[in-house]
Amino acid sequence: MNSARLSFDLVVVGAGPGGLAAASVAAERGGSVALLDNSPWLGGQIWRGEQARSAVPLARQWIERFLASGARAVMQASVFASPDRGVLLAETPAARLTVRFKKLILATGARELFLPFPGWTLPGVVGPGGLQAMVKAGWPVAGRRVVVAGSGPLLVAVADGLRRYGARIPLIAEQAPQLRLARFAAGLWRYPDKLAQAVAMKARLLGIPYRAGVWLRRAEGGERVERVVLTDGRRSWTVECDLLACGWNLVPNTELPRLLGCALASGFVRVDEFQRSSVEGVFCVGELTGIAGADAALVQGQIAGLAAVGETEAAREWFAERSRWHRFGAALTRAFALRPELRQLAKRETVVCRCEDVSREAVERCRDAREAKLHTRCGMGPCQGRICGAATQFLFGWESDSIRPPVFPVRMESLLTASEHPKPVSNLSDPTS
Amino acid sequence: MSAAPDIVIVGAGIVGAACARECARAGLRVLVLDRGPVGGGTTAAGMGHIVVMDDSPAQFALTAFSRRLWQELAPELPAAVEYDPCGTLWVAADEPEMAEVHRKAAFYRERGVRVEVLEGDDVAAAEPALRPGMAGGLRVVDDAVVYPPAAAQHLLESQENARRIEVRPGVTVAALNEDGGVTLADGTRVSAGVAVNAAGPWSPLLAPGLPVRKRKGHLVITDRHPGFVHHQIVELGYLKSAHAVTADSVAFNIQPRKTGQMLIGSSRQFGAEGTEINAEILDRMLRRAFEYLPGLGRLSAIRAWAGHRAATPDKLPLIGPSLASDRIWLATGHEGLGITTSLATGRLLADQVLGRAPAIPVEPYLPARLGKGDTPHA
Amino acid sequence: MPERIELSVNGRALSVPWGTTVAAAVALAGETRFRRSVHGDARGPLCGMGICFECRVTINGEPHARSCLILCADGMEVRTDE
Repeated sequence: MNSARLSFDLVVVGAGPGGLAAASVAAERGGSVALLDNSPWLGGQIWRGEQARSAVPLARQWIERFLASGARAVMQASVFASPDRGVLLAETPAARLTVRFKKLILATGARELFLPFPGWTLPGVVGPGGLQAMVKAGWPVAGRRVVVAGSGPLLVAVADGLRRYGARIPLIAEQAPQLRLARFAAGLWRYPDKLAQAVAMKARLLGIPYRAGVWLRRAEGGERVERVVLTDGRRSWTVECDLLACGWNLVPNTELPRLLGCALASGFVRVDEFQRSSVEGVFCVGELTGIAGADAALVQGQIAGLAAVGETEAAREWFAERSRWHRFGAALTRAFALRPELRQLAKRETVVCRCEDVSREAVERCRDAREAKLHTRCGMGPCQGRICGAATQFLFGWESDSIRPPVFPVRMESLLTASEHPKPVSNLSDPTS
Repeated sequence: MSAAPDIVIVGAGIVGAACARECARAGLRVLVLDRGPVGGGTTAAGMGHIVVMDDSPAQFALTAFSRRLWQELAPELPAAVEYDPCGTLWVAADEPEMAEVHRKAAFYRERGVRVEVLEGDDVAAAEPALRPGMAGGLRVVDDAVVYPPAAAQHLLESQENARRIEVRPGVTVAALNEDGGVTLADGTRVSAGVAVNAAGPWSPLLAPGLPVRKRKGHLVITDRHPGFVHHQIVELGYLKSAHAVTADSVAFNIQPRKTGQMLIGSSRQFGAEGTEINAEILDRMLRRAFEYLPGLGRLSAIRAWAGHRAATPDKLPLIGPSLASDRIWLATGHEGLGITTSLATGRLLADQVLGRAPAIPVEPYLPARLGKGDTPHA
Repeated sequence: MPERIELSVNGRALSVPWGTTVAAAVALAGETRFRRSVHGDARGPLCGMGICFECRVTINGEPHARSCLILCADGMEVRTDE
């Protein structure tokens, strides 16, 4: 296997808005900066596909700024371990990288929260953000009927995007009640960019049925989803579809910060005013520190990037704007809080752990995530509990199990860490384990 | 459980579970306490290899007897236990190791253990993933594999006397009392006729001076790659480099799981308290494995973890009454053979507690053999 | 870089624009089932961003490849349902 050693003053992990901003502002002030991301594209999930042909001015602006900044992009690199202070290991399709850093900014973003419900394992049931990303990479939706369901502002944005690719949207079903959303929308005037987005979308969305206070009960079909059953709590009805895009807000990707020892508070990485985590030299930005969207991530990324190169006064200039986006994030969280009925969607026989096909019934008998892992295999599969762990946290209030490298599945050979010239290995008189 | 239990067992690992099962079968009421879940300590950090070993006559006697008990138990094991009689393949890299294969084969055959000596071509045919040019190997036909946490769970709850066993996970024990009861961390006293320390690497916490030391081991498991290997494969190569033995050591050991996953060991470290992954040891362990299985490096690793074995100075477990009190018993110190020898341990402990004639001679395993103090380790 | 990429999905030749992921190519080939679960149920991509491992396929003989993260390349042989 190929292996390469790289060394930088600053390493940024995650090429979404937060990571792009952090890497750009730091590189513009000199010093060697690298930006690592596990996908082939700059922009992260939110701006996926914008590198090639951008429809979002802000995305184009930041990607161009990054490309001109002198920072180095290391793409398709999954960071999976940190064997020593100041060292990350990453795997690319061709090589194992040993990446040394003096400062580290983590911008690993968020994934969608998937809640188990009958039929959620059928092919064609996809996360809204995930479907949007796949459509930008060629997934065909023209002429397909896509029901968009779950919760969060992403649903509207995704439906809008899918329609531009030719999809038909029979319904957007938002679980949050209408009253809460109305209150949220009324407060949007404080955030001009968001407001502009909302208005523009609303105009284009004329004709897409949008129902608040409606949620999924189940998906049905043979080898793929063919219809969904929705409810408003009083009555249920069926909608035919070819795809179901459903997700219930976002879950921060805290695996890497937790591996590095960063302290968490209420599920998010705890940071100070300069985005510094509890670990010396490690900063966290974006959804890792609280769900507040791309605008918040851009501001936090600039603060962290500036602070990391010692420009703390310049960083301070962004504090006021960050506060504004934090208030926006808090309002977002309140508006789209999940209704308790969603805990009852999964039936006894519904699969909770998709990697290992473990039912709710089996998982529910356990006291915590670790016991479920040991005795039902829940969370034992290649997703390492990323999907079922977030679900069991919502369903049962379970904290996730301890974290160990590799934080992503990697080739066995990528776990080799010592020098390319191994020391002599001594063996055992009793090699059984 | 309304009345006081006859026996309280500290440790719901596979050894504690096997002791509970045997005592319950004999009609005793058993309480099992563990600070974590069932099978969550050393049991969760072991490979689950059921193997006959020949390091000493006493080790052979215990492993052979216990493997027989596993074979008898096999028909009742649920699918979750993943019992798989895949056999062990001890591989010989060269002629000196092949001589060891013949010695081992003779030893086993004399004692009625089914073995097959494989020449180089036979090894290549049996395990095509091994690097070419192996001198040969020894197949121990009736060795097997289980998933240890599920096995421990089964021993506790799925037999005819399960109602005599009460398991209380998440309960920390602070002390074993000389009157046979225990004191919990919250101060509660639980009375019982006999207390059994089956706390594995943590048993010295409840028995100061007990000559049991933590010996750390690492494991890595792959995604599903069914058919990559077919036996539990272990190297014989340690003989050649015995002079190079250091405090930390590794050996090639791979196990095919019924799920199609490959479980890879093994490492041994004294003086390593935490269960964090040691990148250097992992590196050495995997390099050793890749030497034997060149294609292993391309498989997808989904998890690595580490745990502790309970090591004794003479590599034999402690099964019997402690020197501290005749109402405090020990079932600990199984090092890397706890899954194999758990069932025999349970039987021998129950035999002694109940005053029955032991199934095999117990003297080599009695705690009294090591004296009371901390005997220095080899 | 070339405009079109030629690959095969389950033995069927397919031509896709550059920048297409393997996941998208599998869908373009008309397959909905990417893999079978442990119990044999049909599965396809869920997260679309490399997290869930439901989109795994075999690429050029190597199993467990996350098709949503991998771009199509000329001559690639993709197999689903393994």
